[in-house]
Amino acid sequence: MKKSVFFGALTLAGLGAGVAAAGTLDDVKARGKLNCGVTTGLVGFAAPDANGEWKGFDVGVCRAVAAAVLGDATAVEFVPTTGKTRFTALASGEIDMLARNTTWTFSRDVDLKFTFVGVNYYDGQGFMVPKELGVSSAKELDGATVCIQTGTTTELNLADFFRANNISYEPVPIETNAEGQQQYLAGACDTYTTDASGLAATRATFENPGDHVLLPEIVSKEPLGPLVRHGDNEWGDVVRWTLNALITAEELGVTSTNIADMSAAPGDNPEVNRLLGTEGNLGEMLGLSADWAKNAIMAGGNYGELFEQNIGESTSIGLARGLNAQWTDGGLIYSPPFR
Amino acid sequence: MTTITDPPKESFRLSQLIYDTRYRSLTFQAIAAMVLALSIWYLGNNLIQNLRAAGLNISFDFLRDTANYDISQRLIEYDSQSSHSRAAIVGVLNTLLVAFLACITATIFGVIAGVLRLSNNWLVRKLMAFYVEIFRNIPVLIWIIIIFTIMTAVLPGPRAFRGDEPEASMVLDAFAFTNRGIYTPGPVWGPGSMVVVATFIASIFGIVAYRKYATNLLYATGRLLPTFWPSVGLFFLPTILMYFIMGKPIGLDIPELTGFNFSGGIKIGGPLIALWFALSIYTGAFIAENVRAGIQAVSKGQTEAAGALGLRPGRVMNLVVLPQALRVIIPPLISNYLNITKNSSLAIAVGYADITATLGGITLNQTGRAIECVLLLMLFYLTISLLISAFMNVYNSSIKLKER
Repeated sequence: MKKSVFFGALTLAGLGAGVAAAGTLDDVKARGKLNCGVTTGLVGFAAPDANGEWKGFDVGVCRAVAAAVLGDATAVEFVPTTGKTRFTALASGEIDMLARNTTWTFSRDVDLKFTFVGVNYYDGQGFMVPKELGVSSAKELDGATVCIQTGTTTELNLADFFRANNISYEPVPIETNAEGQQQYLAGACDTYTTDASGLAATRATFENPGDHVLLPEIVSKEPLGPLVRHGDNEWGDVVRWTLNALITAEELGVTSTNIADMSAAPGDNPEVNRLLGTEGNLGEMLGLSADWAKNAIMAGGNYGELFEQNIGESTSIGLARGLNAQWTDGGLIYSPPFR
Repeated sequence: MTTITDPPKESFRLSQLIYDTRYRSLTFQAIAAMVLALSIWYLGNNLIQNLRAAGLNISFDFLRDTANYDISQRLIEYDSQSSHSRAAIVGVLNTLLVAFLACITATIFGVIAGVLRLSNNWLVRKLMAFYVEIFRNIPVLIWIIIIFTIMTAVLPGPRAFRGDEPEASMVLDAFAFTNRGIYTPGPVWGPGSMVVVATFIASIFGIVAYRKYATNLLYATGRLLPTFWPSVGLFFLPTILMYFIMGKPIGLDIPELTGFNFSGGIKIGGPLIALWFALSIYTGAFIAENVRAGIQAVSKGQTEAAGALGLRPGRVMNLVVLPQALRVIIPPLISNYLNITKNSSLAIAVGYADITATLGGITLNQTGRAIECVLLLMLFYLTISLLISAFMNVYNSSIKLKER
């Protein structure tokens, strides 16, 4: 009798401790699936293809994390979120991480209590107008009707830009990118504004992309990156270093085609060895297997490959690397060392 | 011989709380109240603990912060430097505006369709049945989107009005129907215009007084005064006279195409029109059924009796049937008005800046204060609904059957 009470109490205490200590990493491992928040559909970044399979640059990050943690790039449940629902979904634990071209800002990081683990795309807000409007600068947009996705930083930048230039505009708030596209094409607004990459992606889906131009002004800094909840640093580290692994892989020339050879045996470059787990125990430190980074890179290729396949110049979206080139090529993409 | 005995003194036993009908209801009510209080306490406590665990607190300070976003549809002065609370007020006014407009038009649609559903004309009757069944059986959100999409796709953009050979032109050179909204001439109030407005208000009172006088005269002496043409005359003549006497103080500001959009005049935005119209026709279909039910609830004998007295069909409807039918119509009408007000929160689907879109949308998103914003939203809708309900109940008690 006494014994059973004792064991009962012990079980309860154990359960309590388990609940308190179980981080997102353990949850994901126990579930066998990563819940990843993405957009409701932005071609190139995250959108289901004709077979209903999610494809895109942000999707690639989700798959890399799933591969690093679970060893299976397909063990991802994609949760489409709008600009409005994304933070609630993350804060409430409905999703484990958010990879939804979300701008890293002070208030989101500090006040909303999220941790941005890095930047996977350096963007800026731009404007798209029909060519026939004859507008060549955003400063000529006085009195224009502007379609804008509600609940985004672009909404605030827009107000700031027009106020700073002392010109007026009429905002048309819309919920999703698809709605914005429809309104813009119907002529219900003169210009559509969002991140320049998003504009390029949207324009690529138009019937006549050539009839629309992106204005030269980039009115804001929009560092887009994946984020996780505040306070779970182990999980934050996993997502951060998975992203860094993709970036470092490109820098070191590790691609999805040569990774099988490079990870078979330790090579000459110690950093490659540490990254791929043939030397040292970086995986163990993260609470993952030794080949975590290898799995992550094999999921969709390194950072450069993801870029080229989804949004690069060879795709219909046709974005140049620009700021998003490796630091060795004059860009801003830079990963801390694996050591 | 009778002996008077005291009734046996009942001692209270605990089992009476359940088995005695005098106490049973009290017992269950007390239990229900306790369960309710406990669950509220549990939920509240849960919320506070979880907020504390997440390091968050409940604070309404954000309402004083700068909103930093713009709203195109607004009834009061507002810009991106105003506070979040002012943005919320803009939203409140927009909600009230669309709810008010939709309640009026829905009632008009509903009464017309409801009366016509009982028409003797087969075609009219079937058309109205078709309207009711189509509109009330498709969700209102879909109607809002359908109407908005049709509007943006069919109506021309402002660009179509430009050039020497424009594709579109303004109606009567004063009204522009574009896919961004309808632009109408707006009044310009010059000096002395208030006198004209005052005259107009005075003539409205005059019409009411005259009609009251005519009714009293009819009841007192049986003499029937004409009311229609004198009313029309009173409505227009004094105001028009005063307008010219004061030297045409009220001008018209006609919308003009400048830059990207029309400017001047009054703009009724596309989102407002779509939302207003969708709410009106959707709820109008429900009201039509209420009206039909109300009319059919008045026994046919009443109509026949009124006919036997020599009343014409129009008067039978106005004087005999509708006053009695209102008793049946008003209570469900109240809930239809409440539905309009609550359904107006679907405004964000077309980008109309109601309270759900400003406070519950952009503000919530930019500040991350979800709990506070949702609490405020709940409080607002509850207050408005209770007010409408209270107001309509007063009206209901004024027209309901007076039992003496």
